Amino acid sequence: MGPEILRDVSLHVEPRSFQFLTGPSGAGKTTLLRLLFLSLKPTRGLVTVFGKDRATLPAAELPLLRRRIGVVFQDFRLLDHMTTYENVALPMRVRGREEASYRADVVDLLKWVGLGDRMNVLPPVLSGGEKQRAAIARAIIEQPEMLLADEPTGNVDPPLASRLLKLFRELNRLGTAVVIATHDLHLMDQIAARRIVLADGRVDIHD
Amino acid sequence: MTDVSRTMRDDAARQSGRRASSIVPGDNIAGRALAIVIAIMTFLSCITIGAVSLVQGSARTWQSQIAREATIQIAPRDGLDMDAALEAARQAIVGFPGVAGVRIVDAAETLRLLEPWLGSGLDINDLPVPRLVIVTLDESSPPDFSALASALREAVPEAALDDHRAWVDRLVAMARTTTAIGLAILALMMTATVLTVVFATRGAMAGNDQIVEVLHFVGAEAGFIAAEFRRHFLLVGLRGAVIGGGAAIALFLAISWWAARNRATPEGDQAIALFGDFSVGWSGYAGVAGAIVVIAVLTAVTSMSPSHANLAGLTGREPRNGEFGRPKTR
Repeated sequence: MGPEILRDVSLHVEPRSFQFLTGPSGAGKTTLLRLLFLSLKPTRGLVTVFGKDRATLPAAELPLLRRRIGVVFQDFRLLDHMTTYENVALPMRVRGREEASYRADVVDLLKWVGLGDRMNVLPPVLSGGEKQRAAIARAIIEQPEMLLADEPTGNVDPPLASRLLKLFRELNRLGTAVVIATHDLHLMDQIAARRIVLADGRVDIHD
Repeated sequence: MTDVSRTMRDDAARQSGRRASSIVPGDNIAGRALAIVIAIMTFLSCITIGAVSLVQGSARTWQSQIAREATIQIAPRDGLDMDAALEAARQAIVGFPGVAGVRIVDAAETLRLLEPWLGSGLDINDLPVPRLVIVTLDESSPPDFSALASALREAVPEAALDDHRAWVDRLVAMARTTTAIGLAILALMMTATVLTVVFATRGAMAGNDQIVEVLHFVGAEAGFIAAEFRRHFLLVGLRGAVIGGGAAIALFLAISWWAARNRATPEGDQAIALFGDFSVGWSGYAGVAGAIVVIAVLTAVTSMSPSHANLAGLTGREPRNGEFGRPKTR
């Protein structure tokens, strides 16, 4: 068993809420996101996601819960052999939906994030900011109930970071609970939102 | 990148991007390498199968050709009327159960047989050489050779029946040994093929880790991911196996064609004497088809265990490095 990353952490992410998860590097932000995304089991303690206890959750139910959560990775995790459009449409494709039923939605979303003219381009051709927006579009295409974003502005310049933050805010207004892991104070200062501060494995919440 | 080149690439991608990409990339370096490895191993396996089939077929032919006939020898003796003895021997066994035909090798033919050693212009009656009667046997129900020999001795005491059994026994033993060696080589070849395909497939799967992870994160069920990879690797395996098996069949046909073309030459006759008409036969082709199917299925099945390992890693135990905490690579 490895070192204890988080202890005495108790928090609740309300539906339709917006919060930043912050703290110094190594504080446990990524671990907390992994717990929320069900890709990690706690060694002890209780993690419930949408009312389901992670410890007793059957593996077969994990995909169904994950479909209610959108994730934005720091390194985008776009599939290089698929176009921007196909990457964004991937969540629908794995659900077995016919392309005709979601094509218009994907195109609209890509236009909304400013990638309307880049939808048939492969990711290696995209700039860092474009990749980030494509990754965000993939995370929100199914309008998840919760969005987890790990340093979503870490690879973009300040103006684009502000644009992305507005995009998250807009998504939150549409009903998605948003958790943004960041240590960018300038970004957090742009919005009055709840701050979950992790330090030394403990949590301090500023509402 | 300039705007012009970007626009051009966009347009090209747009034009070629109408058909949905497969979830597992079909034409990457690992996939091509795996297909090549499978093609080579399938080719070698199929060559071995064909060689075993050829040896088996040739052994059967030798055995059949020798077992089809028996020979009666009548030794000359003072005062023996050879023509009468030949006819008596013929009469004694013609119509015997299991005997399909009896033919006396006449004097002229006997002289032709002896000509290479004794030269021409001889009188057969001056030479103390045995005379022959060729007995054609019914292969489906061979005669009782001891009863045949008894009947023959009763009619012509100077006659001796050679049923070629010693030759047949030796040939059967040789054919069985050759076939056993061939099957052992085939078993080794198939084992090597299986291991090579298994490890090559695992290597190719390792390159798809990120795809498995991303599919999980977008909510794909284990069955969906498994089916995608199974289909992909079945196609890769099938492509490699068909290329390898096809090349082996082409080689068989080429050798068969060469043998037919050289049938009248000394080299061709020598090869045909040893290996028949170089025809691999339906069992060889069936073996090649079987090898293609087995290797393709094996590739698909092998691809499952690593992907299942990935699934387990993402759904249960501590995940590997590479989730949220993955180092920046782009």
